Amino acid sequence: MRSKRIELFVGAFIVVGIMAFVYLAVQVSGLAFSDKKDTYQIVARFDDIGGLSNRAKVTIAGVNIGSVESITLDKDLYMGLVTMNIDSDVDNIPTDSSIAILTSGLLGEKYLGLSIGADDEMLTDGGEIFDTQSALVLETLISQFLFKAGDSE
Amino acid sequence: MKMVAELGAALLNWLESVGRAGIFLIQSVFRLPVRPKESLNLLVKQLYSVGVLSLVIVVVSGAFIGMVLALQGYSILAKFGSEEAVGQLLALALLRELGPVVTALLFAGRAGSSLTAEIGLMKATEQLSSFEMMGVDPLRRVIAPRFIAGVICLPLLSLIFSATGIIGGLIVSVNWLGVHDGAFWSLMQQSVYFDTDILNGFIKAVFFSVAVTWIAVYQGYECVPTSEGIGKATTRTVVLGSLAILALDFVLTAAMFGDF
Amino acid sequence: MTDAYIEVQNVSFSRGERLIYENVSLTIPRGKITAVMGPSGTGKTTLLRLIAAQLAPDSGAVLVDGQNIHSLSRSNLYKARKKMGMLFQSGALFSDMSVAENIAFPMEEHTKLDAEAISNRVLEKLYSVGLRGAAELMPSELSGGMARRVALARAIALDPELVMYDEPFTGQDPISKGVLVKLIRQLNDSAKITSVLVSHDVEESLSIADHVCILAGGRVIAEGSAEEIKASDNAEVQQFLNGEPDGPVPFHYPESSSVADKVSL
Ligand SMILES: Nc1ncnc2c1ncn2[C@@H]1O[C@H](COP(=O)(O)OP(=O)(O)OP(=O)(O)O)[C@@H](O)[C@H]1O
Ligand SMILES: [Mg+2]
Repeated sequence: MRSKRIELFVGAFIVVGIMAFVYLAVQVSGLAFSDKKDTYQIVARFDDIGGLSNRAKVTIAGVNIGSVESITLDKDLYMGLVTMNIDSDVDNIPTDSSIAILTSGLLGEKYLGLSIGADDEMLTDGGEIFDTQSALVLETLISQFLFKAGDSE
Repeated sequence: MKMVAELGAALLNWLESVGRAGIFLIQSVFRLPVRPKESLNLLVKQLYSVGVLSLVIVVVSGAFIGMVLALQGYSILAKFGSEEAVGQLLALALLRELGPVVTALLFAGRAGSSLTAEIGLMKATEQLSSFEMMGVDPLRRVIAPRFIAGVICLPLLSLIFSATGIIGGLIVSVNWLGVHDGAFWSLMQQSVYFDTDILNGFIKAVFFSVAVTWIAVYQGYECVPTSEGIGKATTRTVVLGSLAILALDFVLTAAMFGDF
Repeated sequence: MTDAYIEVQNVSFSRGERLIYENVSLTIPRGKITAVMGPSGTGKTTLLRLIAAQLAPDSGAVLVDGQNIHSLSRSNLYKARKKMGMLFQSGALFSDMSVAENIAFPMEEHTKLDAEAISNRVLEKLYSVGLRGAAELMPSELSGGMARRVALARAIALDPELVMYDEPFTGQDPISKGVLVKLIRQLNDSAKITSVLVSHDVEESLSIADHVCILAGGRVIAEGSAEEIKASDNAEVQQFLNGEPDGPVPFHYPESSSVADKVSL
């Protein structure tokens, strides 16, 4: 009789533990199990990736459509080569679209924003976006500002 | 010259005791049980006393630590006008560090010490010898279920700790301090990753559970079978267990998050 | 010489610096009751542990049923121990099991009996030590003497070939003492068990023992049948049997000459 109750408690304990795991996975990390969507990869080269990191989001009009897969150095051009995974259902990105490294808020994380072009041809797996705009680096901005201010005087 | 010899002897001694503890662990866990059903019953009993009975302290501590983190985080983040980020702070601190580490420390004090004392007392009252005399291996009968239960329970407790901590922090920041709950969750979900944060925290807890439970059962089994010896062994379990947790945490954190 | 079940051959054993046995040899005949007597602290419990291979001798050999018990592999040793029952001096009941579960444990572990057969045998064993009514109690609810009788019932649960009783009479009232003496005798006669009985009760021991060994100071000072021992003219033996404080056997634990300087409280 006593051991039945112990078994009940142990069962409840294990279930609560698993529920905590699921809660953390779904609610806290936002992991969606149906989210294993098909993706295709595109690349872009930037002069300065300025703090962009793996898994940063890729957006169109602020809507999340993919994420950065890897960031490496293109040794021939000395540029940052960013590979990103784009959701397969977003298959209508014109090849002449432009991409920029943006910052959410003043000090927030870096992400990629796509601006749609006008070409009839669409990007496919392995495609590249050539029109890139690098990250705004605060130091560069300030020095430009100071330089200009000095000029006008 | 004499000092070198003494140092060498101390090192050899230490290596020997590590080896003994390793063999002890292998002998207790990697032998098949004779009566599977009986072993399952023993395991369930230990899951109860090691896991279920630690639940209250883990839930209460988790909730309070989450609430305190939310208060502290809010007061600093509010200065930068980004109090929504309190969810992010809460989740990352709990999942990566506080969940596994604090749970393991509580576990060493609550369950580890009682494992040592229980096994030590069984040794002192010749119950372990008695098993041996009946042709029943005390390692398999007494040590194995306790060790396995510890290794199962601590990671589960750590998950429960993190979850209650986040709920506690949610109540404080959203319900009391008026943080916008949509922003609270979305910032949290953006910055918490399942593999780097939740899974890594879980792996930490698994490492801690092996270390703490191993120390606890070994100290009990090897203690001097007197009331004083049992007392000392219990203290050693808590001290060595806590140190092992903190040292392991440093190594694991460096390995997991070091390249960020 | 009769058929020996246990032969202790030239065994030496020491605990740290202290030599407990030096070159001791003795035999325990098959199917008989052997009483091992000796002053407290001479190593009677140690002898039982050597026979059960819980301790290993520094030199010499212990043969149990013809096998050198210390050279057996671990699994064979465990097999050999199934044929032994030991009543520990402290009882050593499993504190997380009830009295009945304690006695059932060796049967559950080593026999294929079903639950009903086991519970019948448990009650039978408990009846034989007069504690059938205590079956449901936990060990912490027993008195010292009761715990020892339960431990005795547990030691004989598997009907072993060899039973070692470490001081079964201590803490027993005269009635249960009489019952235990009869029980040990009866077990021995009916089941052809070899019994080793460690006891300070000279009278009880001599009354049931077929064979007697007296240990003192790390040696066997006398070995033989109860009558031979009683009739012995050895001064040490007579002193022990009659409980005289003065004589060749010292009452005091051996001291080194400087002990008076070392002990300071
Ligand atoms: N674990 C131990 N470590 C060191 N010495 C021990 C240990 N156990 C027993 N001894 C020593 O071994 C000697 C023999 O002990 P043992 O328990 O065999 O005595 P005994 O003859 O059974 O005595 P008693 O009749 O009082 O039970 C004692 O003098 C004791 O000092
Ligand atoms: Mg003794």
